[in-house]
Amino acid sequence: MQALIEIERLNLFYGSFHALKNISMDIPEKAITAFIGPSGCGKSTLLRSLNRMNDMIPGTSTHGSIKIAGADIYGKDIDVEALRKNVGMVFQQPNPFPKSIYDNVAYGPRLHGITSRHKLDEIVESSLRGAALWNEVKDHLKRSALSLSGGQQQRLCIARALAVEPDVLLMDEATSALDPISTLKIEELAQELKAKYTIVMVTHNMHQAARVSNQTVFFLNGEVVEYAETEKLFSNPQDQRTEDYISGRFG
Amino acid sequence: MKARAADRVATGVIIGMASLIMLVLVGLIAYLLFRGLSHISWHFLTSPPQSIKAGGGIGPQLFNSLYLLILTMLITIPLGIGAGIYMSQYAKANQLTAFIRLVVEVLSSFPSIVIGLFGLLVFVNLFHMKYSLAAGALALTVFNLPLMVRVTEQALNGVPREQKEAGLALGLSRWKTISSIMLPMAFPAILTGTILAAGRVFGEAAALLFTAGMTTPRLDFGNWNPLDSHSPLNPFRPAETLAVHIWKINSEGRAPDAPEIAAGASAVLIIVVLLFNFGARWLGRAIYRKFTATK
Repeated sequence: MQALIEIERLNLFYGSFHALKNISMDIPEKAITAFIGPSGCGKSTLLRSLNRMNDMIPGTSTHGSIKIAGADIYGKDIDVEALRKNVGMVFQQPNPFPKSIYDNVAYGPRLHGITSRHKLDEIVESSLRGAALWNEVKDHLKRSALSLSGGQQQRLCIARALAVEPDVLLMDEATSALDPISTLKIEELAQELKAKYTIVMVTHNMHQAARVSNQTVFFLNGEVVEYAETEKLFSNPQDQRTEDYISGRFG
Repeated sequence: MKARAADRVATGVIIGMASLIMLVLVGLIAYLLFRGLSHISWHFLTSPPQSIKAGGGIGPQLFNSLYLLILTMLITIPLGIGAGIYMSQYAKANQLTAFIRLVVEVLSSFPSIVIGLFGLLVFVNLFHMKYSLAAGALALTVFNLPLMVRVTEQALNGVPREQKEAGLALGLSRWKTISSIMLPMAFPAILTGTILAAGRVFGEAAALLFTAGMTTPRLDFGNWNPLDSHSPLNPFRPAETLAVHIWKINSEGRAPDAPEIAAGASAVLIIVVLLFNFGARWLGRAIYRKFTATK
């Protein structure tokens, strides 16, 4: 498979804390890549480097390069807003805007300049369908997004991200605040979405990584310990630390 | 058993304190209304005051108070919200920011009479604005700005970080995220702060004694040319506000019904402030519902 995201010798510091140590990896397109590891291992930090959300945190410095479709996203002439439009993100807590369901999905397209009502209707429907939420909400699109259940809200957030037509979808522990049934729905959805999108997910739940992903990366203390096809990593880990982690001896 | 008894005592004491405050407030309002309401009439609200005879009104003063409020808020709201957005979203956490924050805090605890004297020296004398609505509005801006800045800053800081990140992650610019996601969510808190500020403006007397002045020229309410010295809209004319008027007739009023006029004017002041509060709260809720599509 072709690599869409190429990370090369990436080092990231929060002040003097060395959060990511010399990370290099290729992330293939149209597949699900899972980042696992104990809390504080750097997996979320790396994920948030991919759409430069770490820029918001004062005192962060990033060295090395991340290329998405060949363009260095930390390069000089990169347009961060265009990057984030291309690399959508779903967060740990469902965070719909306190607006109607329709407005949540139409939000991004509208602010990126689409005004035609007809076009917006189309985008809202296709995005909600894409997020497997359309059938549940199509009759009350004007209702507040906050009236939805947690799992529905999370799928709405996925729809909102899809509405600006990204190539990459980042999921930062997107199911950790949800019940098992909602979790399962999101996992199924991710399986469908990988036909069109490159998905990178951070998860605390090793079973989820094993169930859903094509590749898995195991992090420890800001370093990549092991990166392999998911089946291989879980059935036949090469590193002792990986084995200890996936068999539940720590973390 | 002991812990439960202590709990009950604490609950009782806290309820007692809350009731006491309620009682003071309700008592105060009831007393002012009881003394003043009987004196309020259409004639009282619209006619000019009398200096020696009985039967004077508070028309120009009421108008002055409202007009000064509008002028002040026209300056305070944009400045305060702008500075609040800067402090909350753009300022880096360094010594300069800490210093600005300190200045804002100090300014907000300044006695209003000191601000009045500052206004006299700077706006009235140095800038030759004389005793005028404009000088009064600027003095009140100095008095109000810290509150507006702090309220806006806190309201924006109160917007959940997840909402801000959601906007940025969609590829919105920082300004679009602030203006289209964060400000609407912060709106009710900003509005509440604005009401508090407006209430302070409406009731303020000390800062206005030497800035807006203690007199009002003869006003012609048919003359809407804001540059004419007899027009009520002229911002460069002196303007005695309701609060200043109450102070003046209480201390040096010579009309035989001065105590009644003071009582009536106080009641009007309280009623307007209350109306303002309830009206703005209702408006804030309505707008918030519209923004957020909640019922």
